[in-house]
Amino acid sequence: MQGKIKAAWQVVRQLSGDDAYERYLYRYARHHQNHPECGCHPPLSREAFFRQWQDEKWNGIKRCC
Amino acid sequence: MNNIIKNMLWLLIAILGAAAVGGIALNRGEQINALWFITAALCVYALAYRFYAVWVAAAVLMVDDTRATPAERLDNGRDFVPTNKWVVFGHHFAAIAGPGPLVGPTLAAQFGYLPGTLWILFGAVLGGCVQDMITLFISTRRDARSLGQMARDEIGHIGGTAALIGTFTIMIILIAVLGLVVVNAMKHSPWATFTVSATLPIAMIVGIYMRYLRPGQVLEASILGVSLLLLSVASGGWIDNNESLRGWFDHDSLPLAWAVMAYGFAAAIFPVWLLLAPRDYLSTYMKLGTIILLAVAIIMLRPDVKMPAITQFIDGTGPIFGGKLFPFVFITIACGAISGFHSLIASGTTPKLLTNERDIVMIGYGGMLLESFVAIMAMVAATVLDPGVFFAINSSAGIVGAEAADAVAKISSWGYPVTVEQMQALARQMGEATLFARTGGAPSLAVGMASIFGSAFGEGLLALWYHFAIMFEAIFILTTLDAGTRVGRFMLQDMLGNIWPKMGETSWLPSVIFTSALVVAGWGYFLYIGVIDPNGGVNILWPLFGIANQMLAAIALSVATGVLVKSGKFKFAWITGTPLLWLVVITSTAAWQKLFSDDIRIGFLAGANDLANKLAMGVLPTEKIAAAPKLIFNLHLDAGIILFLVSLLWLIVFDMLRVCYRYLAGKEVLPLTEVSYVMTQLADERAGL
Repeated sequence: MQGKIKAAWQVVRQLSGDDAYERYLYRYARHHQNHPECGCHPPLSREAFFRQWQDEKWNGIKRCC
Repeated sequence: MNNIIKNMLWLLIAILGAAAVGGIALNRGEQINALWFITAALCVYALAYRFYAVWVAAAVLMVDDTRATPAERLDNGRDFVPTNKWVVFGHHFAAIAGPGPLVGPTLAAQFGYLPGTLWILFGAVLGGCVQDMITLFISTRRDARSLGQMARDEIGHIGGTAALIGTFTIMIILIAVLGLVVVNAMKHSPWATFTVSATLPIAMIVGIYMRYLRPGQVLEASILGVSLLLLSVASGGWIDNNESLRGWFDHDSLPLAWAVMAYGFAAAIFPVWLLLAPRDYLSTYMKLGTIILLAVAIIMLRPDVKMPAITQFIDGTGPIFGGKLFPFVFITIACGAISGFHSLIASGTTPKLLTNERDIVMIGYGGMLLESFVAIMAMVAATVLDPGVFFAINSSAGIVGAEAADAVAKISSWGYPVTVEQMQALARQMGEATLFARTGGAPSLAVGMASIFGSAFGEGLLALWYHFAIMFEAIFILTTLDAGTRVGRFMLQDMLGNIWPKMGETSWLPSVIFTSALVVAGWGYFLYIGVIDPNGGVNILWPLFGIANQMLAAIALSVATGVLVKSGKFKFAWITGTPLLWLVVITSTAAWQKLFSDDIRIGFLAGANDLANKLAMGVLPTEKIAAAPKLIFNLHLDAGIILFLVSLLWLIVFDMLRVCYRYLAGKEVLPLTEVSYVMTQLADERAGL
């Protein structure tokens, strides 16, 4: 039961974008482990990431009738 | 053994569904319980999903769960991201379901509950859901390309250009008609006007909170925003009772229309984080929350549907909009049965998040089933009202007369008894000055929802529920309005950029202001004409919107049919071909009648001639003389738009048929642009994160 509540909470967080930054960090860590040679910039700060995320989310047709 | 139980279960669902649909269809004279509608809908959806959608996906589309999706192959952590299927479902549903499925069924209830309900059920499972699912599939196989691009790649330049023009047209008309719905809901209602205006500063507070105070703390900010919204509903009642303050929010339609236009312009040039994004958050929560609440309330309360199955207005004399049952019920209910606009979300946006092809059925087909269910609930909310009350709210003063006594006499003479006292008592309960001639669908839906919520969760709060429902509709109508204005601005900048490259720079302020003003002027014009129209405006604008939306659906289905044929699946082309044929028949018939009908309430040209004659003979009342030339011009313009849309439709269909013919005759056609197979590397648990 507790596990199910936890999973549902995860879906809510993911749906709302609440955990988007955590996901970004996770992906960053994974991606950069796979490609140590790329030597690119350090991960974005929470604030900078969120700005980029929000601006991109609203680029194009996102809402319908 | 297990199989037998499963088969028995499906047989049971089939019998129950048949009984429910049959009960709804054959019931005459007696009141029928709303639970039958819910039962019929759920059984039809379950059967269609299990036996039609799954079959189409497996046998025709041949979805392949070992094939890597664009989200996986092009994963960039930003727009292409493999995402949990429930999350994709949530995003997809929130994107496709707007105010359309609420307004359309409410208006179409003038024909009785039966025609609209049957079209919502069967139009969705055979048309709308199929369109959404196949568009999602085709786009997923083409690196999440947009409908316009796919039309250009698979059919030719004509289809691509038509999709672009169609999208722009539908956007302008959609925004105008939705703006009109909001204006009519706020007209001389200080409570509603205050609550709707309060959503703007609330959205800005949430925007600033998410951007600067606690960056990225979306749920915190959302809880704050939703609490403030509920507070604004309650404090609207206080404003309404305060003699000195209520005057600030008590306005006629025209100033409200100007305010809506000013808002649309501001929202298109403001940064998204300040207004558009936070408002969209709040509207999504409100949308999902209210829809769930409505479903729970209908199931708890099991209200009786009071509207007859079929009214006399199927002959075309309906007070809400003119036109016979065929084809106008199919035009009026676009969203909820089949909506072309969805194909813009199902291509381009959703495929970028899809982790596995096997989820296409659930997201594409299932998402539309849920929207269809929303439309069924809107139909229930409209038809549980006394028919007399329903017609009194939704009939414009131009049809039933401006005086309450005239209106009730006229409506009662149709066989739907209603009294002035009854309407006054209802208005008092809902905290409104009057409910006569509140056209546009939103007020009557709000009364229906308030009476359902009120009976289920406490009668004393009817006025609060009513204004909650108005706020709920207004907030996501305004979201569609500002998102649409912004998209229109981008499209216009893109087009003008071809002529003068500087105009194409989306951040160059003069271009931003110029193109935003142009888009707002486009829909603002139709909104203005709708507001000054003595018959309420919705009767003109809504059919125009419906035809534009069905035209876009025809483009999507043409692309889908063309791709099926070119993939060597001609024998399955009927899956998209049949709904396409139906759309061509209904939009062409509706367009023909809107152009050439002699009935002045249906035919644009007849309406314009009639008005011009009356003007020339000097029989128009003085207050109408000033507006008459504008209305005449507008009727001609509407006729031009209809002609344009229907020509576009035929052009696309012929272009698709040409491509199919050439393919079948073994001649050269544009090659399929499906990207080649790449094996997925994603294990389920990783995709889930």
